[in-house]
Amino acid sequence: MKEDLSKGSITGVSGPVVVAKTDFPVRMFEAVRIPGAKSPVTKSPAGLLGEVVRIRGREADIQIYGDATGLSAGEEVLFTGELLSVDLGPGFLGEVLDGVGRPLRPRQGVAASRNEKLWRFEPSASEGDAVARGDVLGTVAEGSRFLHRILVPPAFSSPEAVAWIAPEGDYALRDCVCRLENGTELTLTQRWPIRVPRPAKERLPLDRPLFTGQRALDTLFPMALGGAAAMPGGLGAGKTALQRSLAKCCRADVVIYVGCGGRGGEIAELLEEFSENVSEGLPLAERAALVANTSNMPAASRETSVYLGMTLAEYYRDMGYDAVVLVDSVSRWAEALREVGSRLGETPGAGGYPACLESRLSGCRQRAGQVETLGAVSRRGSVSAIGTFSPEGGDLSEPATQTGLRLSGAFWVLDKALAQARRFPAIDRRRSHSLYEEALSEALTQEAGQDWPELKEYLRDVLSRGEELADAARFAGRKAFSETVLSDEDKWLLFHAETLEIVYLRQDARDACSPPARAAALLRLLEALDDRVRRALREGLRYDDVVGVSMRPELIALRDLPDFTDKGREWLERFSAELAARPATDREAIQ
Amino acid sequence: MTFPRQDHKQLYRKGSRGIRDIAGPLLFVENMTGVGYGELVTVESGADARLGRVIQFKDDLCVVQIFDDTVGLEAGRTVWMEHDVAKVGVGEALRGRVLNGRGQPVGGKKLYGVKEFLPVDGSPINPADRTTPNGVIETGISALDLMNTLARGQKLPVFAGPGLPACEIAARIAAGATIPGKDDEFLVVFAAIGVTGREADLLMEAFERDGAADGGVFVLNTAGDPLAERLLTPRVALTIAEYFAFVRGYDVLVVMADMLHYCEALREIGTARGDIAGRGGYPVGMYSDLAQIYERSGCVAGRPGSVTQLPVVTMPNDDIAHPVADLTGQITDGQLVLDRRLHAKGVFPPLDVTASLSRPMNKGIGRGKTFDSHRVLAEQLYAAYAKARELSFDLGFNLGFNSRFDPRSFAPEGGLSDLEKRCLRFGDVFEASFVDQGRGRRFARRTLAQSEAKAWEALSELPIEELSRLPRKLLERKISVGAALPKDLENLEKRI
Repeated sequence: MKEDLSKGSITGVSGPVVVAKTDFPVRMFEAVRIPGAKSPVTKSPAGLLGEVVRIRGREADIQIYGDATGLSAGEEVLFTGELLSVDLGPGFLGEVLDGVGRPLRPRQGVAASRNEKLWRFEPSASEGDAVARGDVLGTVAEGSRFLHRILVPPAFSSPEAVAWIAPEGDYALRDCVCRLENGTELTLTQRWPIRVPRPAKERLPLDRPLFTGQRALDTLFPMALGGAAAMPGGLGAGKTALQRSLAKCCRADVVIYVGCGGRGGEIAELLEEFSENVSEGLPLAERAALVANTSNMPAASRETSVYLGMTLAEYYRDMGYDAVVLVDSVSRWAEALREVGSRLGETPGAGGYPACLESRLSGCRQRAGQVETLGAVSRRGSVSAIGTFSPEGGDLSEPATQTGLRLSGAFWVLDKALAQARRFPAIDRRRSHSLYEEALSEALTQEAGQDWPELKEYLRDVLSRGEELADAARFAGRKAFSETVLSDEDKWLLFHAETLEIVYLRQDARDACSPPARAAALLRLLEALDDRVRRALREGLRYDDVVGVSMRPELIALRDLPDFTDKGREWLERFSAELAARPATDREAIQ
Repeated sequence: MTFPRQDHKQLYRKGSRGIRDIAGPLLFVENMTGVGYGELVTVESGADARLGRVIQFKDDLCVVQIFDDTVGLEAGRTVWMEHDVAKVGVGEALRGRVLNGRGQPVGGKKLYGVKEFLPVDGSPINPADRTTPNGVIETGISALDLMNTLARGQKLPVFAGPGLPACEIAARIAAGATIPGKDDEFLVVFAAIGVTGREADLLMEAFERDGAADGGVFVLNTAGDPLAERLLTPRVALTIAEYFAFVRGYDVLVVMADMLHYCEALREIGTARGDIAGRGGYPVGMYSDLAQIYERSGCVAGRPGSVTQLPVVTMPNDDIAHPVADLTGQITDGQLVLDRRLHAKGVFPPLDVTASLSRPMNKGIGRGKTFDSHRVLAEQLYAAYAKARELSFDLGFNLGFNSRFDPRSFAPEGGLSDLEKRCLRFGDVFEASFVDQGRGRRFARRTLAQSEAKAWEALSELPIEELSRLPRKLLERKISVGAALPKDLENLEKRI
């Protein structure tokens, strides 16, 4: 931060908003410090941090990231002249930060590493090279797998020759690793204001899928790398659990998990899971960073946590990685806006939210995308945003959810009733949708097999016809309906639709991560089973003879095997053989 | 809560005689130079001193919220600045005592041996310092212990429509709660917030019967006590609980009834201050405010004890989407929901298990913690009961409480398949013998093993193919009577 800080003084305090009098021009969203106050959570010696959110004449309204208790009129406020920023560099993975980027585990956290920890830097640029923004100076290995690329910051728009580059060796974040001809020294870190999107060369169309590991999502409502998804759901519908499973299983290079206004206990659980191995045999901590601003922490820093998460993701995107930002929950973020807006005395818009809700939300949403990054050697990177919404009273028509819906390409509605019956993931198929399906079809086919579009259509078809029949049965009276109206094939359809739901769509902790190829294989097996049974029914077998008690448990046991391709085929052959052997008597009767 | 003037004699105090407006519990005071946000003030009025807190200031005007009544307060009085925040005295001396809503002993008695004073607002627990619940609390209620297990450090509210026995259930839980193997270090703090005399009596009785004997603490703010004091009551109770948990190492259960009254006080003060109202007229900052209360539960790394919360939330008009219940549920680790239909049937506790949820449950149960098959058993019960409920809903069974109109008496089970009939039968048995434990004197506490036995009794109503969530070996062991395993199932493992 700059040293020549301008001083103002406090004239008013109301909850998370402090008013300060200044006799110099102030910047909008300028970072301020109130040195007299101490933050109780981070024990930060820098006092209370804040940000200018409104300027009225000689007064600035400041939202503060801490507890205002004890602040009194006349107290000193230091204006830093700089927007609220974060030092980007190695060391975020496996860490937990608060909403404005301060480490929550100071002893082992970024703050300590900032000053002390040494990173192994391997130069890739050499002296005499002309470099400009986005060019790679060298790399730092972070953890066992992640290669952190050290880039020329976006401010350097015109090429400049490298006068000196550090040889391979261990450097602290603040050490100079490269000097340019014009004398500028570059370090392992770069500072970036969190509210400003990082630039890229070009936005690219979304044509690569983001595999979530959830069969129901990947099959029916696929998500694109660089896309945005909204996940609304009432109380206890399993939003956080699904979000957490995505963090572990989604196929991306970096995951930024933003716990925005959530429960402290959930953050604790997530931190414990950080060290557990997940899908690809690596602990979550090797590829994830956590931004935690729980509900009891200052509302204002709940608001900034989302911007912080986006900035981190963009930073990894610029290195050419696929980053995913998981925000839990966007509604809490909107509420923080509303809370600060209320204390500022702003005229409320729909639902008491400030009128800027939509523009703020779309501004954030717009930072997601697939881009060609800056730099002479072009790289492709993406930021995907997946946010949960906790609509007030479970009512999806409330403003925050509706705005989220409008801005998202994938809309995954979670249903409370399904969750209460322990049917996870509790995705309400009728109300969910994805706009990415067309654009992704080619990439999906490559990944899951040539027959993927047909398999998917098959699943949709059986499920929707099954639903229709089940609805009709509900109105007509179950037994009467099933005895008089339904043919044996219809009965099988009803049964099989439920099987697909139980065996294919449902996922629990035992098979939390299901790669697309595996999902396709499972679907193929289920389709083949359907085909055999329907053939047998047409040949005169009765429904009651086909459906045995053990079919579903057997399928589930198969599904949970590490590799079920061969076993599945064997099982199917044996099953068909049993079908053929079953009731010769009935068959004769019909013939 | 201390009256700073009595406890720390100050030689010099500053004050202002500039009370400009009085509105409800709020004073608008001028000339309060140097007062800090959140600090206490006292207003002298005749012989008594009324206590208040600075909740906002701007330029020369300071807004003070008075914890006592403003009845009879004169505009000309002096407002003294105390330069201290609201605190509560803590110590072993509190054990077994009844305090008022700000933490002073009821009846003007003095508390000896209270040396430490802690700010009632506490400070937010750093989420990175939290540990996940590492033990369960056995409540003696089957629907909880087996299906919505209460974990140490959890916050689990009871949602109830008006007239349902929420306080009674909270009292039952408090009375029956034990931590297996750790009984002597367990204590209960009651916070009665704006409750009626009858509810206060009920909680007090439970406290005297069980809580006081174990050395619990009762913080009492009745409906007749000052409104703004209601905002302090849960904070006082939690500060005391945190002291016993994190300083003295106890596992503390805090019962808070009723958070609706707390939120109504919040609404009244917010309105008087001119805050923008959100849904239902409640202030838009209510989520953050409630979070500051509910998040004061949990286990902290390196500290021995735990704070577990059991808030009671009344849902006006049985509406679970009511702002108070809705926001509470967003913060707490699940919820217990009471069901009017079960209450009408005479089931106690009338817990709607399908709508209830204990989020940290799966972390706390299972091998070595409760029993091996706990999780699958709970999931099977959930799935089966949800199916029974759905079926009876389709048939319109839950339209009337009166058995004369039970559609079964005229519609026809004939329209149901055998399987459906057995599902319905399971639902009945589940409610009548598993959930119901008898009300009042007839109430019987159940150990976990007794609850498990009841669960199997209910599940044995179902045909074996409905029990798809239970492993075969478990079924073989548990269900012996009249339910031979189908051949297919026996060969399951050989076949794949």
